[in-house]
Amino acid sequence: MPLDDLTANGARTLTVCNACRYCEQYCPVFPAMEERREFARVDLAYLANLCHNCGECLYACQYAPPHEFGINVPRTLAGIRVASYEDYAWPRPLAVMFRAHSLLTALMLVAVFSGLMLLLARSTGLPVQPGGDFYAIVPHGTMVALFGGVFAFVVLAIVVGVARFVRDARAAGESGGAKAPPLRTGAAWRALRDGIRLRHLHTSGADCASSEEDRRPWRRWWHHLVLWGFLLCFASTSVAAVYHSVFGWIAPYAYSSLPVVLGSLGGVMLLAGCAGLWVVRARRDQALGDPAQDGLDRSFLALLFVTSLTGLALLVLRDSVVMGRLLALHLAAVLALFITLPYGKFVHGFYRLAALWVYERQGS
Amino acid sequence: MTLDYDVAVFGGGNAALCAALTACEAGRRVVVVERAPRHMRGGNSRHTRNLRCAHGGPTAVLTGAYEVDEFLADLHRVNGGESDAALSRLLIHRSRECAGWMERHGGRFQAALRGTLHLSRTNAFFLGGGKALMNAYYAAAARQGIDVLYDAEVVGLDLEGGAFRAATIVVGGERRVVLARAAVVATGGFESNLEWLREAWGDAADQFIVRGTPYNTGTPLRLLLDAGAVPVGDPRGCHAIAVDARAPRFDGGIVTRLDCIPLGVVVNQHGERFADEGEDLWPRRYASWGALVAGQPGQQAYCLVDAKTHRLFMPSVFPPVAAPSIRELATALELPPDRVAATVERFNASVRPGTFDLETLDGCRTEGLSPPKSHWAQRLDTPPFWGYPLRPGITFTYLGVTVDDTARVVIGGAPSRNLFAAGEVMAGNVLRRGYLAGIGMTIGTVFGRLAGTHAADAAG
Repeated sequence: MPLDDLTANGARTLTVCNACRYCEQYCPVFPAMEERREFARVDLAYLANLCHNCGECLYACQYAPPHEFGINVPRTLAGIRVASYEDYAWPRPLAVMFRAHSLLTALMLVAVFSGLMLLLARSTGLPVQPGGDFYAIVPHGTMVALFGGVFAFVVLAIVVGVARFVRDARAAGESGGAKAPPLRTGAAWRALRDGIRLRHLHTSGADCASSEEDRRPWRRWWHHLVLWGFLLCFASTSVAAVYHSVFGWIAPYAYSSLPVVLGSLGGVMLLAGCAGLWVVRARRDQALGDPAQDGLDRSFLALLFVTSLTGLALLVLRDSVVMGRLLALHLAAVLALFITLPYGKFVHGFYRLAALWVYERQGS
Repeated sequence: MTLDYDVAVFGGGNAALCAALTACEAGRRVVVVERAPRHMRGGNSRHTRNLRCAHGGPTAVLTGAYEVDEFLADLHRVNGGESDAALSRLLIHRSRECAGWMERHGGRFQAALRGTLHLSRTNAFFLGGGKALMNAYYAAAARQGIDVLYDAEVVGLDLEGGAFRAATIVVGGERRVVLARAAVVATGGFESNLEWLREAWGDAADQFIVRGTPYNTGTPLRLLLDAGAVPVGDPRGCHAIAVDARAPRFDGGIVTRLDCIPLGVVVNQHGERFADEGEDLWPRRYASWGALVAGQPGQQAYCLVDAKTHRLFMPSVFPPVAAPSIRELATALELPPDRVAATVERFNASVRPGTFDLETLDGCRTEGLSPPKSHWAQRLDTPPFWGYPLRPGITFTYLGVTVDDTARVVIGGAPSRNLFAAGEVMAGNVLRRGYLAGIGMTIGTVFGRLAGTHAADAAG
């Protein structure tokens, strides 16, 4: 749906909600909505990113399709949320490009980067040989320069996007209310705690809805596996970087070493979590989501899955002859994952935390 | 094809599901015959929001205390004492069990909102509203093995000496006979039956907006009355409020109501005021405005407010008609501008100074104006001016069947052996005019459970 239509439909939907308010204790979206009488694009982006898509308000809605009002808040906000990632992304054209064919682009990037890695490996003149020495394939300096550069760009892009979002959300919050409540302290802590716990996927006491009559914890648990698996892998890489640069301990590390333990655990969690989320989202009532999410969700899950799978395979097969090609594939997957982070589903976590922070700060 | 059950429940809203679940828990095989398709199941209960219940002290879902006597006094205040005293007392005593029973059957409530919504002392609010509660009940019914027939209309009742034998229903275009040892009729009022409304209200009924389900056509009520059930209430008795005239004809629910009346000036098509907009606190008066608007020419009225107050009431789903002056507003609303301007001028001139406070019966009133505005009277003088067109919005009708204290239908002079009624179809026993927010769900829950218990006994 074009952005103007998304905005018009979002404003129409929330105008109905605002005159009803039966859902006001499901989650923060509704109390925040009640502070407003008009819904501009920035208000909608803020509210959409507060929404965790638990689904309760669709099934509770007396105006849900096929009612002539046709109110579907989870789907409406899902569409606006996806559009908001693109809207706030920096540089925006990259997000527009990525969103068009996300899954295909992601897989193409992995393929292209793998080829480049293999060429790079050959150009170093070293034979592809067993022995577990990654730097024999791609020299450490090259790896650091490449990934460090990409990482710095990714951080910059995400910071710019989130900063733009926070600026708008705060302005929307402060202009929307009839009264300006005093800002509350401890907001960042509460937002982080609620966000990390996915509290608003089950605020109302029941778990996330997968259909009108089903409340299941699975979506929440798979998400926790992905989130914590990702953080463990990130921790593994960070520890390894410290080992290398501070202590001069060079990879490969022993199976019992901290980077390997953290990475293995994180990798397994990511595999399970990504597969679980993939299945859960396919089985979930399709009315709850917007098809515009599909590409971003699937490409992110696919990249995380391929990255974890190749990483774990590399660990198991690091002394075999296929190590070189596996390493190329793994590094390519990591690179593709990193480059697409600011334009894919990854950013939802930051926008969610930022929206929760604005909400906690203003009390609405 | 003939269906055979211990207990047949006609209707698919709160009262029906309470009866069905209760009878099933007593070990009976139960069928629910719901007129609406699945997505519209639940009758008017899907539009409700809360349950009025007596309680002795604060709970997780209610603030303060609401004793039986206070509840009874509130009921008498709105119905003028025109009700069955024993059944009213029974209703209020049993209301204390309702919230707990609902929770045991999957219903969930909001946390009590202390101080913000004054109704949270007397009323427990359903988390997500009545449709969420109905979903929980239908899920409970499915778990218990209760059969539910959707799109199933009762077209005939086979009674013998006041006892239920069978019903003829049409489901999926085919006629079926439902045999049962006991039956509960919980099919609501007849407010969606425009012809029946016209019998009671004449042509005025053509302008009525039906706030709830289009499926409450009252066929089972008519069948019961034709079979000799003792009627209760008046065919014109109904719970009706003022709603936005732009509301859909049916099923507009809560979002079309307008809470701006105590803040504004209400005129009819001729630009004349006709009622005291500030007579009493809005929760006590909102239920009288349906009849007030219905009494006006064309069954239409217009509420005018100005910029001082337009953020003080719940927004309606339809945008207000806005204009920089009263004359322009009248023109935009297709009202005679001179008459409206004169009415507003007279009103403004009669407003006495006072301290405005919507939460209390404040001292802002008019003097020498007929009809007066007794509270919250402020000059209409700050542009932009907003106007909302109003029409009567009927929630449900009170004409029903007389029941005894076991929810048995009184038919042919005595309570039936095995035929019961619950919900709107018998609400007239305790309430024939006026309304108390949330009491519809109390009546449905209390009498639905009673009907279920005694129907299970009668079927044993």
